[in-house]
Amino acid sequence: MTGPATIFDKPNTYIGQPTPRADAARLLQGRGRFVDDLQLPRMVHAAFFRSPHAHARILSIDTTAARAAPGVVAVYTGAELAEHVTPYVGVLTHLAGLRSAPQHPIAIDVARWQGEPLVMVIAQTRAQAEDACELIEADLEELPPAVDAETALTADAPVIHADFGSNLAWERKVDVGHIDNAFAAPDVTIVEREFRFGRHTGVTLESRGTVCDFDPSEQTLTMHYSGQAPHMMQVILSRHIGVAEENVRVISNDVGGSFGIKIHTYGDEIAAAAAAKLLKRPVKFIADRMESFMTDIHARDHVVKARMGISAEGSIVGIDFHDLTGVGPYSMYPRTSAIECNQVLNLTGAPYALENYRAHGQVVFQNKNMMCQYRAVGHPIAMAVADGLLEDAARAIGKDPVEVRRRNLMRDDSYPRASASGMKLDDLSHQKALEKLVEIMDYDALRADQIKMREKGIYRGIGFVSMVEVTNPSPMFYGVGGAHIASMDGATVRLDAAGALHVSSSITEQGQGTNAILGQIAAGVFGVPIERVKVTTGDTATVPYGGGTWASRGAGIGGEAMLQAAHALKTQVLDVAGVMLQSPVAALDIRNGAVVDAETGAERITLDALARTVYYRGNELPSDLKPELIATRHYRVTDFPFVFTNGAMAAHVEVDTETGFVKVLHFWAVEDCGRVINPMLVDEQVRGGVVQGIGGALYEECLYSPEGQLLNTTMADYIVPMASEMPEITVAHIETPTKTSVLGAKGAGEAGTGGAPAALLNAVNDALSPMDTSIWQMPMTPERILKALGKV
Amino acid sequence: MSKTKDISLTVNGEVLTANVPVRMNLVDFLRHEAGLTGSHVGCEHGVCGACTIEVNSDTVRGCLMLAVQADGATVTTIEGLADSGRSAALIAAFTRRNALQCGFCTPGMLASAIAYVEGGGIADKQAIRDHISGNYCRCTGYQSVVDAIHDVVTEGASA
Repeated sequence: MTGPATIFDKPNTYIGQPTPRADAARLLQGRGRFVDDLQLPRMVHAAFFRSPHAHARILSIDTTAARAAPGVVAVYTGAELAEHVTPYVGVLTHLAGLRSAPQHPIAIDVARWQGEPLVMVIAQTRAQAEDACELIEADLEELPPAVDAETALTADAPVIHADFGSNLAWERKVDVGHIDNAFAAPDVTIVEREFRFGRHTGVTLESRGTVCDFDPSEQTLTMHYSGQAPHMMQVILSRHIGVAEENVRVISNDVGGSFGIKIHTYGDEIAAAAAAKLLKRPVKFIADRMESFMTDIHARDHVVKARMGISAEGSIVGIDFHDLTGVGPYSMYPRTSAIECNQVLNLTGAPYALENYRAHGQVVFQNKNMMCQYRAVGHPIAMAVADGLLEDAARAIGKDPVEVRRRNLMRDDSYPRASASGMKLDDLSHQKALEKLVEIMDYDALRADQIKMREKGIYRGIGFVSMVEVTNPSPMFYGVGGAHIASMDGATVRLDAAGALHVSSSITEQGQGTNAILGQIAAGVFGVPIERVKVTTGDTATVPYGGGTWASRGAGIGGEAMLQAAHALKTQVLDVAGVMLQSPVAALDIRNGAVVDAETGAERITLDALARTVYYRGNELPSDLKPELIATRHYRVTDFPFVFTNGAMAAHVEVDTETGFVKVLHFWAVEDCGRVINPMLVDEQVRGGVVQGIGGALYEECLYSPEGQLLNTTMADYIVPMASEMPEITVAHIETPTKTSVLGAKGAGEAGTGGAPAALLNAVNDALSPMDTSIWQMPMTPERILKALGKV
Repeated sequence: MSKTKDISLTVNGEVLTANVPVRMNLVDFLRHEAGLTGSHVGCEHGVCGACTIEVNSDTVRGCLMLAVQADGATVTTIEGLADSGRSAALIAAFTRRNALQCGFCTPGMLASAIAYVEGGGIADKQAIRDHISGNYCRCTGYQSVVDAIHDVVTEGASA
């Protein structure tokens, strides 16, 4: 990648600085702008009557009483709404063979999961809409549900979509090398485990919601959106509600957590948008917490039967596994529900030099809420399977798990290369990351402590993970498969008449600090104090076209676009300054809000003086000078499907063998996300990610009854990590910039969530090893640990 | 469900009178009737802490109290804490430590933090963790929040 490589040693660069977020002030003073904060004139409220059954035929729905209830403005059944909304199907062509049935925002003839919308009521207040929902009489014939993914493919399982003949949504096989021969070699030890990963969900503290408005005079639909991909939503609304794409405006202000949850198409939100169009007035829908648990996408839910072969010296000879995952009754639109399984097949064992690799993934339909992409898609499964087996194998042959990693990790000087599954890898640093990790955690001291504590009957464990993370996805992720999802992002930089910089970008802010890093890049590369940069994101009417912030792509892709735009504007401004100052452009630079002599740093003209001349007194400039004080650039990743990052993490835990409780004593994460734009923000992304990973490993699970009833739909029943039980998390960095961009930044937001569960699993099993038992199911609840110990 | 009642209460120093449905909870009143949208609603049953506010000097869940129960009360929300300067030190520390990401839990987190700081809480990280364990945060992992509160307690002790 060529470009303005001198940007990083500029005197006023902000790249690499722990600059606080400008957005913090607003959020800390109660001035946030979340969707539910909006109150629009004539706004009405939507509530939904939802299926109480996992699988039921809708015989009839009587809405007479609901329509007559106080405050009710309109009532829509699935059939009524279907006249105004076209159905959608969650398939992509590059996931060959993936199938799903047409889906309507509100079910028409059959409800296929508990919580699926059956009727939408619109009323003057939310309370009135909910009151009216109570008056709906639905005659539903319960159908036998296919709840358990493990029996969904058996001959007697109810088939959810009769036309398909079975509940198989998608499958893929990978077979590289000769795994059977490798496992049959004389000195090879085989370890075999069945891993179970429970369903969990994102629990964004701000629940899903939208305010949609329609202006019939201009045929414009505006969606106030709590989400991550405004332009994707613009296309979806246009295609399915029938409004010209250019007449759909999607605005995303503050988003109260998303983590992938809010990037999908939800029937209740689409229905609210359709209602706004039909009623020609604003409609608000805010999911309550029970609706969130029942309908926000769930994630994980995998059963993986896996084997690893290891030589007596500790060389991994191969991995062989079968992954079964249940995704609910449909593949989620538009990103599909096959991506997670696909990632498991792509990523398992990817840090290691493997010659033999066989994997079979199967994605099945079931009558549960839909499963789709949540933070660190597929990573917790892939990392826990590979590194869980690795540490199991190390124990089996009596080797230290760090030693086994040292022997098997891809060498830092061996790139570019490919993983066994065929992923193109470059600019990774597994070896350096592991050595840094061992150093900062003082590994030897922890092992000594472990031995000493065991003598007192205290069981502590140390567990590791070496991981890769998929970041900066190229068009090969979604666009290639036919999804209307941009893989490139744009940035615009404009100098105003007061010498301030106005920048806008198609990436979005959900708390990561997107706006902060955009400001840092623009200020540093162009040359103004960061206080003089105003950042706009999240509005399809004003920002350049692009994908948004997901798949750890914001900094790497949106950041590079901003770098290129800021550099382009700098060149344009210096061209003007050169004429005004009668100076060669090469002798000038822009620093701290002024054009300066590049050599001495002496001020030649301030940016506001330059801009005022251009905007107000163009008569002073030569007629053939055409000043442009605005620049736009776009960027996409080429040559690689993704830009991988790597990391090494470790957990230190204490397992109470009487109660089964796991206390996480400390956690360490060494992350290589390439160039670090803001170390404070990256560290906090890693820490937050680790804690979500700990949640999945120890606490969080969506529990269903055999009938398909979700049993824990409150935050009292579904446990997320709280402050008192979370450890201190030490974060350190290796910086190996990616060569695919000038900025060199890769993603960092998902690493912790992807890696922590594996480290926790290994740490718990290390703690349990003196009792000669182990656990392979997440979350590792006290009950499951006591079962592993044979105590219950 | 049309029963309503007249109430009068002092919110952030301003006397408000209103006729409210008796079933309306206090945080919904503050957000949607008084226009003070700084307090947030996360779980609607007192678990997550996003709606935490101060009522008559007590730390209260705005979703577990009805608006009619606040008749005659003195209520302070995140907007009031900011306007009066009471939360200035916490705001500075939270900013410096990046002790917030999406900011949705932040109003409740600050309300709990100010109760800790003003209530004479000590500079002990586990004690701070225990104190804020009624405030869920899905973004930060809590460490920066704990550090920020710890900073303010330490600064207060040395001031």
